[in-house]
Amino acid sequence: MKRNSFLKDVFRRFFIKKVSLVSLIILVLLILASFLAPLIAPYEPDLINVDEILLPPSLKHPFGTDALGRDVFTRVLYGGRISLLVGFIAEGIAILIGIVIGSISGYFGGRIDNFLMRFVDIMLCFPVFFLILSIVAYVDPTIWNIMLILGLTGWMPVARLVRAEFLSLKEREFVLYEKVIGVDNLSIIFKHMLPNALNPVIVSAAFGIAGAILLETSLSFLGLGVQPPTPSWGNILTSGKDMLGVAWWVSFFPGIFILISVLCYNLVGEGLKDALNPKIYE
Amino acid sequence: MFAYILKRLFMMIPVMVGITLISFIVINLAPGSPTDLQTELNPKMTPEIVEKLKKHYELDKPIHIRYLKWLKNIALLDFGRSFSPDGRKVIEKIGERIPITLTINLLSIILIIVISVPFGIFISVKKGSISEMLLSFISFIFYSIPSFWFALILITIFGVYLGILPISGLRSLNYSNLSLWGKFLDLIKHLTLPVIVASIGSVAGFSRYMASNFDDVLRQEYITLARIKGLPENLVLRRHALKNALLPVITILGLSIPGLIGGSVIVESIFSIPGMGELFYKSVMSRDYPVIMGMLVISSFLTLLGNLVADICYAIADPRIRLK
Repeated sequence: MKRNSFLKDVFRRFFIKKVSLVSLIILVLLILASFLAPLIAPYEPDLINVDEILLPPSLKHPFGTDALGRDVFTRVLYGGRISLLVGFIAEGIAILIGIVIGSISGYFGGRIDNFLMRFVDIMLCFPVFFLILSIVAYVDPTIWNIMLILGLTGWMPVARLVRAEFLSLKEREFVLYEKVIGVDNLSIIFKHMLPNALNPVIVSAAFGIAGAILLETSLSFLGLGVQPPTPSWGNILTSGKDMLGVAWWVSFFPGIFILISVLCYNLVGEGLKDALNPKIYE
Repeated sequence: MFAYILKRLFMMIPVMVGITLISFIVINLAPGSPTDLQTELNPKMTPEIVEKLKKHYELDKPIHIRYLKWLKNIALLDFGRSFSPDGRKVIEKIGERIPITLTINLLSIILIIVISVPFGIFISVKKGSISEMLLSFISFIFYSIPSFWFALILITIFGVYLGILPISGLRSLNYSNLSLWGKFLDLIKHLTLPVIVASIGSVAGFSRYMASNFDDVLRQEYITLARIKGLPENLVLRRHALKNALLPVITILGLSIPGLIGGSVIVESIFSIPGMGELFYKSVMSRDYPVIMGMLVISSFLTLLGNLVADICYAIADPRIRLK
């Protein structure tokens, strides 16, 4: 029985590794394709052609055309720029804030820790999507604002992770020695402790980007994200939602691209979790 | 038990104050007065709204006085009046929509439990088998699917092509003519797609959580004892492991409430269901600030309440918590 479950475990790990490797490759291709869109795309993203309205997918238009005769494939390629970039930067902001708050909280402990963690609890009480929409109601929906809003409302899980790591690192000898020989707090925190606390952060970053992409596309879908005519996956999808019976392709293809990129980020996260967490090898 | 509940209630007070503080900061986000920002950047603003805004926020007074005044009003459940033409009280507008959203959330939670508990046990017990990996992969796909896109696909299949499920609202046109049983069936039909869309994203997460709980429980000594004693594996899993693995799920369900309420914006606006999410979306689109503020505060209070209920359930189920 023991041997059997060991073999299964090896098989499983190998499978996960392959899946996450393939996901990583797909992600890189997606990112390249959307940022090299001007070179790859067969048409201009805003080229309106009244003679080719709502054409189904064909060799000439692989994803068909929309209600203004624009090539959906081209628009999906360009749209990827917004969603992929927003997801990446928004999670970057969330991680920066999370690291600062989590490390201060875990390192200093006591009152500071108590105060900061209550703050995290309070932030987590808000339904995130409500909080995001409330802020969106007050500011212009530019790409930078949306990144900032998603970052400002998404840092709490990172802060908790970093804090937990710091709490256990704080007791380790190298930290005690550094304190004894008088290394200043900032160097201990950022130069010596942080690198040791990064593994779970890296894993959560992959899942976080996936979540941020879903949030950004949801905002665009509701018409509160980056505004048309700039294409984003969410707003292309919205433009087709009232024509599902006549032209399913306008909504279908951007949706598939969102799904694939979110899925790939999640699977990469899963692979990283396996690779970076030595505990499961015990 | 009573002491425990009292302690938990007491602990909620600073969090509630924090919620109102952050909500208040959100209103006063921008430098200068909030009305300046809204009027300068927003073409949808009309002069009447600007006047109403200024009056509503009492901008002539210093910020801490305004906050305390607002806090006092909230304590009396006075969130002001909506900017929309009907000008109704915010608390009434939100109050009538809470039951609808909570019903959908409750049904979603039930659906999530019904699917993910058996699935989680399956993942834990059959870990590494081909069928487990395939099902896990599929659950990952549902975890990653954008809910609005999934909703549109379901609408196209079940509403447009097959025509067997209604795709908007809560009632059919002939609702008032139906028998009691017919009314019930009609409601169920209208809720089917929204509930599926609302729960689908959470199933994968809960199943995996359930699976790791089950793994932990199976490593406990009493499970080894049950096996040594010679109990059949089936009985060990069902009688000894399941109950203990279910405990932490209560807390997680409490924690999922903000996600479900937040998700109601998408679900309710797609299926035109008159719940909190739809009202919130409309208010954001028409910049109905009193409703937005009221919704932000009330929805987070609901979350807090949900967590409290979950904690109390946990304490009832597990006496060790009460004694700590």
